[in-house]
Amino acid sequence: MTATVGIVVFPGSNCEHDVAEAVADSGMDARLLWHGDRSLQGVDAIVLPGGFAHGDYLRPGAIARFSPVMDAVAEFARGGGPVIGICNGFQVLTEAGLLPGALRQNRKLRFLCAVVETRVDSDRSILTSATTPGALLQLPINHFSGAYTCDPATLAQLRADGRVVLRYVVNPNGSVDDIAGICSPEGNVVGLMPHPERACDPLGSRDGRLLWSSLAAGLSATLSRS
Amino acid sequence: MRFHALVEVRPRAGIANPEGATIERALAGLGYDGVAGVRVGKAIRFTVDAADEAAARHQVEELCRRLLTNPVIEDAEVTLEPAAP
Repeated sequence: MTATVGIVVFPGSNCEHDVAEAVADSGMDARLLWHGDRSLQGVDAIVLPGGFAHGDYLRPGAIARFSPVMDAVAEFARGGGPVIGICNGFQVLTEAGLLPGALRQNRKLRFLCAVVETRVDSDRSILTSATTPGALLQLPINHFSGAYTCDPATLAQLRADGRVVLRYVVNPNGSVDDIAGICSPEGNVVGLMPHPERACDPLGSRDGRLLWSSLAAGLSATLSRS
Repeated sequence: MRFHALVEVRPRAGIANPEGATIERALAGLGYDGVAGVRVGKAIRFTVDAADEAAARHQVEELCRRLLTNPVIEDAEVTLEPAAP
């Protein structure tokens, strides 16, 4: 049975089709879900894609977290369902309290659009489960508010639990502890600023496929058990 | 009763504020040497109907927590004034 990944489209999302292509490329089915719907239609995983949900008004993710679909996403996450937030999706997850901390404006107020080197630091998350910690991935970043921040106690907890899943090799944005991505205690909710869906083509980096393959492997293991 | 509410959203102490830092450097560049501690936030104004000022404050503080601020990086100061009848 092929796993189906639901991709939530908010007004202002702009990476949903790239995610759908990447998901299909890794052997999963993709289904777009509208933010105004209350049902996840029985999908096996959720991706909150990049973009500018609700125009990023007030703060990135601040309005999106109250979209009707988010109640179902939160319930799905609490039940152990895989939820991946990429870039704006990561911001939505922190605003919704599904991941700790916040994303603030980049150091020096720079909008960053570049391919950067990142290092997998934990294979505890569903998105890195098939990778080897220490693996270097070339991934695109494209953000203005991507500097991860949290209080020292939260940071200590994230580090102690192996929940920092991805770090920048050279910190581009002022992120605390070079953090590019984190996960929930159970590893099923993952937020990251880089865009793995844009690193799945032979013309550029294909390193993003490692992350999508991890998700595919994790979902396939779950589906064969049930 | 109707109240004018002013919510000043501020970056919390210790949270980097690159906008403030940039403005501070610009002011120094214009020769204003004594200016320090520039922090940029937001001001949000609206009116609120409530039984009394305490009820209005309670409601405004709740919506600050839920939507207007991200408590991880921001806090807010609420000012209320009775609207003219």
